[in-house]
Amino acid sequence: MLPVDPRLLRLVAPARRYLTLTVALGSATAGLVIAQAWLIATVVARAFQDGAGLDELGAPLAVLLAVVLVRAGLAGAQDIAGHRAGARVKAHLREAVLRRSTRPGAQLPRNTGGGAALMTRGIDALDGYFARFLPQLVLAGIVPVVVLVQIAVIDWVSGLLIAITLPLLPVFMVLVGMHTRAKTARQWRTLSVLAGHFLDVVAGLPTLKVFGRARAQAAGIARVSDEHRSATARVLRVAFLSALVLELAATLSVAVVAVSVGLRLLEGRLELRTALVVLILAPEAYLPIRNVGASFHASTEGLAAADEVFAVLAAPLTQQGSSRAVPDLSTASLVLAGVAVRRPDAAADRLPSTSLVVAPGKLLAVTGRTGAGKSTLLGLLLASIRPDAGTIGVGAVDLATLDPATWRQEVAWLPQRPLLFAGSVADNVRLGEPDATDDEVALALHQASADFVSGLPGGLAALLGEHGAGLSAGQRQRIALARVLLRVTRRDCGLVLLDEPTAHLDSATEARVVAAMVRALAGRTTVVATHRMAVTAVADRVHGLTGEPAAAEIVA
Amino acid sequence: MSVRRIVSLVRTRWPRLILGACAGLLASACSVALLATAAWLVARAAQRPSIIVLSVAVVSVRAFALGRAIFRYVERLVTHDVTLQVLSDLRVAIFRRLERLAPTGLPVFRNGDLLARLVSDVEAVQDVFLRALLPWVTGVLVALLSAAGVLLVLHSAGTVLVAVTLLVAVVVPRFTRRWSHRAEAGALEARGQLSEDVVDTFERLPELVAYGAVERRLAGLADTERRLLRHLDSAARIRGTGAAAVTLATGAAVWCALVLGVPAVRTGSLSAVLLAVVVLVPLALAEVFASLALAAGELTRGAGAAGRVVDVLDTPDPVAEPGRPSQMPAAPYDVFVAGLWARWPGQEDDALCGVDLDLPAGRRCAIVGESGSGKTTLAMALLRFLDPGAGRVTLAGVDTRELDSDAVRQVVGLLAQDAHIFDSTVWENVRLARPTATRSEVRAALGKARLLDWVDSLHDGLDTWVGEHGDRMSGGERQRLALARVLLADFPVVVLDEPVEHLDQRTADTLLTDLLGATRDRTVLAITHRLQGYEDFDEIVVLQDGRVAERGTHQELMRIDGRYRASYQQELATSRRQIA
Repeated sequence: MLPVDPRLLRLVAPARRYLTLTVALGSATAGLVIAQAWLIATVVARAFQDGAGLDELGAPLAVLLAVVLVRAGLAGAQDIAGHRAGARVKAHLREAVLRRSTRPGAQLPRNTGGGAALMTRGIDALDGYFARFLPQLVLAGIVPVVVLVQIAVIDWVSGLLIAITLPLLPVFMVLVGMHTRAKTARQWRTLSVLAGHFLDVVAGLPTLKVFGRARAQAAGIARVSDEHRSATARVLRVAFLSALVLELAATLSVAVVAVSVGLRLLEGRLELRTALVVLILAPEAYLPIRNVGASFHASTEGLAAADEVFAVLAAPLTQQGSSRAVPDLSTASLVLAGVAVRRPDAAADRLPSTSLVVAPGKLLAVTGRTGAGKSTLLGLLLASIRPDAGTIGVGAVDLATLDPATWRQEVAWLPQRPLLFAGSVADNVRLGEPDATDDEVALALHQASADFVSGLPGGLAALLGEHGAGLSAGQRQRIALARVLLRVTRRDCGLVLLDEPTAHLDSATEARVVAAMVRALAGRTTVVATHRMAVTAVADRVHGLTGEPAAAEIVA
Repeated sequence: MSVRRIVSLVRTRWPRLILGACAGLLASACSVALLATAAWLVARAAQRPSIIVLSVAVVSVRAFALGRAIFRYVERLVTHDVTLQVLSDLRVAIFRRLERLAPTGLPVFRNGDLLARLVSDVEAVQDVFLRALLPWVTGVLVALLSAAGVLLVLHSAGTVLVAVTLLVAVVVPRFTRRWSHRAEAGALEARGQLSEDVVDTFERLPELVAYGAVERRLAGLADTERRLLRHLDSAARIRGTGAAAVTLATGAAVWCALVLGVPAVRTGSLSAVLLAVVVLVPLALAEVFASLALAAGELTRGAGAAGRVVDVLDTPDPVAEPGRPSQMPAAPYDVFVAGLWARWPGQEDDALCGVDLDLPAGRRCAIVGESGSGKTTLAMALLRFLDPGAGRVTLAGVDTRELDSDAVRQVVGLLAQDAHIFDSTVWENVRLARPTATRSEVRAALGKARLLDWVDSLHDGLDTWVGEHGDRMSGGERQRLALARVLLADFPVVVLDEPVEHLDQRTADTLLTDLLGATRDRTVLAITHRLQGYEDFDEIVVLQDGRVAERGTHQELMRIDGRYRASYQQELATSRRQIA
């Protein structure tokens, strides 16, 4: 793994700007380190050799104070910039992933929880990467070189010594890194598996207690943790051995330089001031590289998180249809020919091969037991699910060749579990139609038999909790229906897809809702997935899904 | 303080922790000594003495260089090893505590997010040792030791070093923490909001896409993100000022050493050779000061996690175990509840207010009522997950408070609505009810739960991995698995807590029939808000606000004009409308 993900720089502007700034700050810091060494050496040497007092050394001391102040300022600026950049890069990635997730075929990590976790806690590891690792990496690239050149200019012997040992550090780091990386990575993975196991056991504690198995688990946790500890210790011993070698190379070099400078000073072949500059600067050449090694862990964590994000961003999307015109739905039939949707790693399909014609302007009711594929069928017509086999024709056009976004402009959909959000009733109804007037919203609510809204405190402006908390299931259902009806009227939708529209409604309300539905949707192609007699009774046609391939298909 | 509690909790690891700290101390000390000796060597060499005068320094410089590397290696090995031990200790400690508290003692058992945070807090606490406490302690000691050394040579410069150490290790972190408190709190709130927004957006994504409302949703998210950035930026400014202060203090220490040392050399109170030492020691300490500042920051971060862990450790038991538990009486296991009052830990109000219930062996009783009527509380009391506030529960004539709670649960079992399915195989998940069970016994239990056909249809059969929280199974399959467990455990008394909740009507109907069939020969207490399916039960008790509102057989209750009849008829009407 590279220490800097090129995608991070290519795709994320704040990261790019930050890197530039850090390089500038790092260069300035390198200059100040050298200036500081010279000033200190000058003051000490003159006080030592000439017996100079404060009055004579006023100038270098004043400059040194200025250098110290500026260095502090740069350190502060670097720290602030690091945290700011981390926050901005995270915001940028979050938006990119969310935007990407809205596109068909986007691959999200496993489930909603996984995606949300990646977007929130997952990329937090980038904080340490930007605030600590990256500045150190930049410093490690600049400071050693500048310091080495400076030392070589004033004392080539020390310069040569450092020039020989300095490259050993990164080279050795890379070599050792390659050797231990796989092992270390495996070890960290076990660590996270272990954490997951612990979470699983704790979450299952109530269950374990019921079966009297809870106490026995404590010993199990200790044993598993302990086994893991000894395995980790073995890996770490090797990893730390490499750190030992690096440390030895760095410290011994400084020691050798110090002794060599001292001996040449003794022979009068070197100035005290030069010797002091070399002595002060020598450790500075190694320090940044050692710091990089120390925060390598922060880098791998941050980059692993970024990697996961980029994997989501780079996953291929389902082929988008062209933005050709959608056929007039008031005349075009919807023809499903042998359409099937498979379920990965399961025997049964989500929707076994199905052929079906939906006549324009008619109401088709789709029935069948749970899992027969009713919702999947609606998803196919919404173009949010792609069939694994067969085609869906819209008149003479294949749905797959249409741009899903353009297609959905013509479609109104009521999901099986419509989700209300925290906000006003009106905001919830206006979901797709932000410009709808209060009158239009009120009418839609009335059509959906949601007149109870006027009785709520604030009426249309009544605030709902998350997931519509504060309303009964039936009330929530009717607000969701109003949402659909508003869209149908405003957009003159040609296709309406309703998944269990009368769920949670008592029979009287159901009758009213069905009547209103028939009125509002007359002449529009409507597909309703339902269990209810009240709905099938008003349908032009009823299609039963059995969960098994249609007989004709088996023969074919 | 909570960190102190955690430190004392892992008392047995102190020797290793101290060993690690000593190694770290020696490593840092070698580092400072290396530069101090080198400074002396160079300065003394400039006076052109005989080489013999320098030989000790020459050897020392090399020895310190070696020493630093080797001690650092020992430190890393020891501290990482002991940290993993500490993590293991903490996990076991918190697990033992949670084991006493589950499921009624803490809200974490009803909120997956809280639980996940608690578990990650336990892990964060290990960082308190590795990244905060150990480096802080060794850093302060090394800095003070060095200061003491300088103090011997030049009093004033030594005092400055002590002051800088205190500034970097204590004062700056404290003020940074205090001043950034508001911004951090604001950031925390905004981050929570953002995380909710993200989850909400993911959840509603299909609808947002279908309604073309994605852009507006993302704009709303960007607002929250901007608010978060504003707080983070002000926190960063304060933290950056802290970082600047640390660098400034380090530089100032060198500068002060010069300003104090130069006149001292002139007056002769400091030898010129030692001036170099006095100046270079603070320079060598720069590394130590930087790590001190980092450690102090980590300590702040870890303190929050440690606090939450300690809170859990300090939560009182929801159930008082008897000092000397009575012998578990023999079958038959008649259960009697008399005048039972009970409330959940931390709640102000009683959830049960004087409930009586007779459940002689073999009797089947359903407790119905709306959510919040006290049904689950009654189940918890029967399983001895809760102690009665007043009244009593007896099992075969013995007050359950005189019995070990685990012993009670060997007789009284529970089939919960949200029984946990472990991320393991079907076999392991069922077998946990009775670890000695054979494969054929497990298969028999699965058969009685009518899940065997499903298991046999799977490629790996009993050894199929069911995924995290059983997410490769349907809701009905999960409940059947839970039933198989209960059957395998063979409890004489079974409490069914909303066993078919969250399932669709048809699945619920068949599952309930199977479930009641499979438990027909046992004492059953069914907690339910759904009424159909329990018509042949011996007694139906309607709970309302923790009190018994109606009780009797189905026929008796249908004869009186009460809540049961009204609810039952409404439910019947609704389900008749369902299409077969």
